[in-house]
Parts: sequence; structure tokens; C-alpha cells
Amino acid sequence: MGGDYCHPQQIYMHIELRNISHAFQLETGLLPVLQELSFTISKGKFVSIVGPSGCGKSTITRLASGLLKPNHGEVYISNELVSSPRSTVGMAFQNPVLLEWRNVLDNIVLPLEIVSREMPKAGRKQRARNLLKLVGLEEFEKSRPSELSGGMKQRVSLCRALVHKPEVLILDEPFGALDAFTREDLWQTMLTLKREESFTCILITHDLREAVFLADEVLVLSGRPATLQYKLDVSLGDNRKLTDLYTSQTTKSLAMLRNQIKIAQEKQINHEKFC
Amino acid sequence: MKNSAKFIIPILSLLFFCIFWEWLVWINGWPNYKMASPSDLWPAFWKFRWLFLSYGWDTLWRTVVGLSLSVLVGLGFGIIMGFSKTMRIALYPLLVGFNAIPKATVVPVIALMFVGMHDMNTILIVILISFFPIAVSIAVGLSTLEPEYKDILLSLGASRFEIFYKIALPKTLPEFFGALKVSTTLAFIGTNLMEIIEPHGKGLGHLFDSGKISADYPLMFSVLIALALLGIFLFYIVVLFESVFAGWAERN
Repeated sequence: MGGDYCHPQQIYMHIELRNISHAFQLETGLLPVLQELSFTISKGKFVSIVGPSGCGKSTITRLASGLLKPNHGEVYISNELVSSPRSTVGMAFQNPVLLEWRNVLDNIVLPLEIVSREMPKAGRKQRARNLLKLVGLEEFEKSRPSELSGGMKQRVSLCRALVHKPEVLILDEPFGALDAFTREDLWQTMLTLKREESFTCILITHDLREAVFLADEVLVLSGRPATLQYKLDVSLGDNRKLTDLYTSQTTKSLAMLRNQIKIAQEKQINHEKFC
Repeated sequence: MKNSAKFIIPILSLLFFCIFWEWLVWINGWPNYKMASPSDLWPAFWKFRWLFLSYGWDTLWRTVVGLSLSVLVGLGFGIIMGFSKTMRIALYPLLVGFNAIPKATVVPVIALMFVGMHDMNTILIVILISFFPIAVSIAVGLSTLEPEYKDILLSLGASRFEIFYKIALPKTLPEFFGALKVSTTLAFIGTNLMEIIEPHGKGLGHLFDSGKISADYPLMFSVLIALALLGIFLFYIVVLFESVFAGWAERN
């Protein structure tokens, strides 16, 4: 599935943020959140974005999905300027926002009802079933969301984000509200999905281990107004195991990331002092 | 709970209520002009059973039509106020003020505005009295929709209408039915206000009025009981609709 993305000669920039500056209008004045932020993500890559709380990470998800237009700068996906929402994007949030009145399967089918109207019902359901199988929930297709645990809901939410085969998957702290062990289970699920489906992924997270374990690249944003502060290449390869997180190499990377976050937090505090 | 228990328990509670009522009247030795007892009601009802049937029908159909229209009106206001903050700020004081006016005082005004159009007047009062809870519940439901719900569809390029009928509307249904239950009981108050204050020879309110004029107290009481029964009947029809359309919200 989508194996052609992997040929090195075909790698090209899939997502590009070019000189993005953005500020929110508050009652007390303008709050600058992003300042001349630029980065690129190659096709098929998985990129984690970390940074201090409130540094504008979620704003990036809204910019990349076309839900928000930046004050300055441009977002490109597949070399096309993003000016409005596009059906080639899938999103999942910390809150799984499943529709309580639909069963699991019908929840996953939802995006297809918007973007693939001509697709027959049976085909939609089959696609949803395949994804449910990948995340290990094939027995729960008739269940109501209220009958599922937090981790299971998040798995369903991931399936829904991927059902329409988006080119870009945007995850905004999807595992943030889960307990540590469930979270690790979902990391494995995420790796399975990454292997079986083809997408370029942006993951916003506060968990540095998660950022490293899932990604090919980790971007550290500076404190607000955020700009790119540091970039880490992860060399864990395609067959990662949880134990890889405890090697001296990874521990070193994690320590470095932690230090970068500290620098970023100091910048944010200093900035707030002057504002 | 077993299904049979769901039927038997409310019937038993009604039965106990009637026995308690009969006992209360008997122990105090109240004459029936002070407080009629359940055993007085049946003869009064049987004597006028055909009137009960035709007047009951007048009351019921006008209440149902008025209630259905108030759902449309409430839905309209609710959608406008739910989606537009400006309209919410603009309309709330108007609606609250209007709702605070005792509807008994509106009845003569309407009766004068549309002289002789009794059915329309009655239905109009029903709408005026019962659309408010529906409008408020829809407005609150729509305006408190978490932004992520909109984002999952907006990010796919869905239209506002698709977001409304695929997410916002179904998500608001439990609140809507809660309000509809309140409106159902209010609707009967509306019908009877018109029938009693501006009698026009129709409806159970008219029968109540006749009972009052002829000092037939058991008749007045049995009209009240008939109204209560109609109210219960309509209420459970709403409950039935609720279990069909919003049954998912109920948790076991």
C-alpha cells in the first residue's frame, strides 16, 4: 500500500510552513503565538512537535488543516497553497469526540459521508472494518461509544481520522488523557497504522518519549511567540520496540530534548515579563 | 427492570393516590362542593360521557397542532440563537420578557385580534406558551457544541448544513426532548386558558366552565382528571418518540 512513497528519489516536500506569523486578538490586545515559523515535512514522514504549554502547538494543527488562515506566511500541502479545509486531511484530538448516537462502525464511516459521497455503503463499511481490525477492535463494530474505554475510544477516533485515506494526518495530543500503559499500547497501534496506511503525520504532544518513539523527526518550538528552536532526527528505524526507549542513545536524545524545552520555557517566561 | 414492572408500578401509584384522596375526603367529612372524592367523579363523567369525548377531542387536537407548531417556532428561534451570538444577545431579553407575561392576560388580546377564529386563537396561545423551553434548549445545545465536533467535519470541507444535521442536531436531541416534555404539559395549560377565559363552546375548558355555572362540582373535578389523563397520554407519546430518536442517550 503506497510503497512508492518510500523510494528515496521520490521524496519531496509534502507539508511546508513558510514564514508563518500569527497572533490572536484578545480583549487585552494582540497575543502573538507564532513568529516566522518555517519547517518542511517530507512525504510519508512522521513528525512530532513539542514545546512549552500554550506555545501555539494547537494553532499549527489548525493552520495545517486549513481551519485557520495565518496572519502572515503560507502553508503548502503537496505544493498547493492551503487556503481552506481540504478532504485530504484527517484529524484526531485529545477528546475523541465520537458521536454517541452512532455505533463504532458508523462513527468511523462519517468522513466518507462527506468526502466520498459516491462510494457505496458496503464499500465504506468494509474500509472501516479493515481499519478496526488493524487497531484490534473488530469485535466492537456494533458497540456504542459510551461502552468503550478511553483507549478504545481513541483507537476509534484514529480509525475515523484515517478512513478516507488522507495524505496528511494531524494528531493533537491524542493520547494525552490516557494512562501510561494504555498510552504505550496506542503507540504500538500507531506504528501499525503507520506501516499499513500511507500518510504524512504531524503529532502534537507533551510527552517526549512518545514524540521520540513514534516519529522520524522531533521539532522543538520555542516559547510564545513560537518559532523553530531545535530539530532532532530520530534513528530508531521501522521496527521499533518499547525497549528502544531505554537505550543510552535514546536516553541521551531525551535529555537533550528536555533541555531544549527548558530553554523554550525560559524564553516564554521572559517574554511574558516584558509584555 | 422488567417491562411488566414499568407498567404496573405507575398504575399502582395512581391507585394509591386515589385511595388516599378518597380517604382524605371521607375522614374530613368534606362535602363535594369543597372537595369531590374519586367515587363522585365516575357518575359525573358517565352522565356527560359523550360531551367528554367530543370536547376532549377538541382540546386534544388543538393542543397537538399547537405543540407541533411550537416545536417549529422553538426550533427556528433556537437555531438562530444557537448559531449567532449577536442574535442570541438580541433575542434573549425579548423572549424572556415575553415569556414572563402571564398568558391569561394575552388571551383577551388575541381573542379581540382574531374575533371568532376560535381554533386559530387556541392554537396561537398554545404556541406562545410552549415554544420558549424548546427555543432555549436548542439554543443552549447548539451554542455549547464542543469545537472539536465541528472541526472533524469542517476540516473535511463539510458545509454548515452538514455539520448541523449530522452532528449539532442529533447531539441536541436529548435536551430537545427534555424541553418538549415541559412544553407538552404547558400546551394543555394554553388550550384551557383560551377555552375557559374566552369560552366558545368547545373543549374541556368549556365543560369546566359549564360545571362552574351549574355548580356541578364533581363535573369540574372530573374535567380536571380528564385533562390530567390527556396530559399523561401526550407526555408518554413524547417519551415514545424520545426513545426512538434519542434512545442512545439513555444509559443502563
